[in-house]
Amino acid sequence: MDPRPGGGAVKVTGAVREQLPVAGPASVRPPPGDGAGGGARAPGAAGEAVGAPAERSSRPRRPATEDPAWIRRGLTALALGFLALFVGLPVAAVLSEAFSKGAALYLAALREPEALAAIRLTLLTAGIAVPLNAAFGLAAAWSVTRFRYRGKDLLLSLIDLPFGVSPVIAGMVIVLLFGARGLLGPWLVAHGCRIVFAIPGVVLATVFVTFPFVARELIPFLEAQGTEEEEAALTLGASGWQIFTRVTLPNVRWSLLYGLVLCNARAMGEFGAVSVVSGHVRGLTDTIPLHVEILYDEYDFAAAFAVASLLLLLAVLTLAAKQLLEWRAGGRGAPHGSRS
Amino acid sequence: MSATRRGVLPGFGLSTGLTVFWLGLVVLLPLSTLGLQTARLGPAQLWQVIASPRAVASYRLSLGASLGAAAINAVFGFLVAWVLVRYRFPGKALVDALVDLPFALPTAVSGIALTAVYSPHGWVGRFLEPLGIRVAFTPLGVLVALTFTGLPFVIRSVEPVLADLEPDVEEAAALLGATRRQVFRRVLFPAVLPATLTGFSLAFARALGEYGSVVFISGNMPFRTEVAPLLVMTRLEQFDYAGATALASVMLGASLLLLFAVNRLQRWTRARAGAP
Repeated sequence: MDPRPGGGAVKVTGAVREQLPVAGPASVRPPPGDGAGGGARAPGAAGEAVGAPAERSSRPRRPATEDPAWIRRGLTALALGFLALFVGLPVAAVLSEAFSKGAALYLAALREPEALAAIRLTLLTAGIAVPLNAAFGLAAAWSVTRFRYRGKDLLLSLIDLPFGVSPVIAGMVIVLLFGARGLLGPWLVAHGCRIVFAIPGVVLATVFVTFPFVARELIPFLEAQGTEEEEAALTLGASGWQIFTRVTLPNVRWSLLYGLVLCNARAMGEFGAVSVVSGHVRGLTDTIPLHVEILYDEYDFAAAFAVASLLLLLAVLTLAAKQLLEWRAGGRGAPHGSRS
Repeated sequence: MSATRRGVLPGFGLSTGLTVFWLGLVVLLPLSTLGLQTARLGPAQLWQVIASPRAVASYRLSLGASLGAAAINAVFGFLVAWVLVRYRFPGKALVDALVDLPFALPTAVSGIALTAVYSPHGWVGRFLEPLGIRVAFTPLGVLVALTFTGLPFVIRSVEPVLADLEPDVEEAAALLGATRRQVFRRVLFPAVLPATLTGFSLAFARALGEYGSVVFISGNMPFRTEVAPLLVMTRLEQFDYAGATALASVMLGASLLLLFAVNRLQRWTRARAGAP
């Protein structure tokens, strides 16, 4: 497009001058745009022309950088429509299907022994995976943000690696390593140790996919915070452990909690990776998402959606906690990578 | 290297050692078996698996649907981010929270929920059916599922950049006589382009590996609605580990390349944000 200002723009300039004290050079300069240039852009210019006179006449205090009302409303409607179609309706569908056969059946689906076993396994898996990755995340964040050394960029990329690996592949590499025909499989079988198609495999797969969550939250936070407080503690004679527990941990508590919430949501909801390693032994190696799949494949839709509604509740609680923590942290947005 | 050059705080050995050990044990050791098993296959067998017509059809669908979904998300994600940052409307906080739902909702749940909505008897599918549009159990369903999964990436990448953009820049452009359209094309758009591209690539990378939300809505027909992760899963279920390994190494290679690209883009975004 022609970089020079067009004919319609001159009015905008005038409107701006009314509210801004410094409008020197632009207002003095004669309008360089010519009629021919404006005419060539006629299809686009139609939309722009609407905004300019309105700004000058009715509301002189409205910034020239604001869009006219009809554009505002149109874009808002479009954005909300998109979100409703792709997010709102599916959520409503889960609830509607879950209660399609009545509340009694809904509760029955949740009280089934296999559902309870799935809930127990999910809690156990998250109970192991989340603390392990939290400890790792703290160590990694301390190492990466408190010291300078070679290979740090590589280490950071490797920490992020599980985000770039398909869940199916994450589960698969565990089968390749620990499965009966895997690298360590024969040795494990000889020692009576079963990992794949058993609970340890489910936990391992979960640890793999949730690996970066806590570290990803802590690293930018600690990076931004700097080392002054810790160094002050050091000069006052605090030991390493004292610095960590009395200075660092209290400082990072909200970031840490945020990471834990996200890590937990993924740990409880992971499907692909766990699906590969669990072997779908009903009531034994089925987590909640796998139980949903089994019920769905058996055409027991109401029960499947009833159990799925538990996971929806988990998602809603996660989002609520996230919102609360972001608000506490003063509107700090999470780094993009951490949400995958 | 002396301690002071690394930093004065204690715990370097412990924290770095723990990080490297845990990373090696949990991530690198399992992933390295993939490389090892692929190397065992030999080039002829490897090629036979990864170039089989069924595999090629799955790549095509995975790539096409992922690109399509990422493109939809780039356009609408930008739009949603714009609306969330610039405009005020009732229920905005709720909408803002809703954006993250695809991240928080387990993929199996999104899969069955989308199938329920877009199946021929579903709330939306019902209206599309008379028009001759079938979503569930067609490639279009794959596109819908991948659009859902990738939805937050562009929005959350663009939002902070758009919010941080100084109004001065736009005002200056308007002062210099730019039209609203020119301000958008020459000032706003270039500023948020890196973030949009980052979000696009993140959504694309996520879509390439997505399994849970796709399996339910796609119908899993070989050559037609079978995405690459699903084909890997099928091979695993048939205990065809060689086939699964070969396909997985192709997928992993693709996602590593993308991750690298994302890394570059994010650096570019930061450089842009740092510039005056």
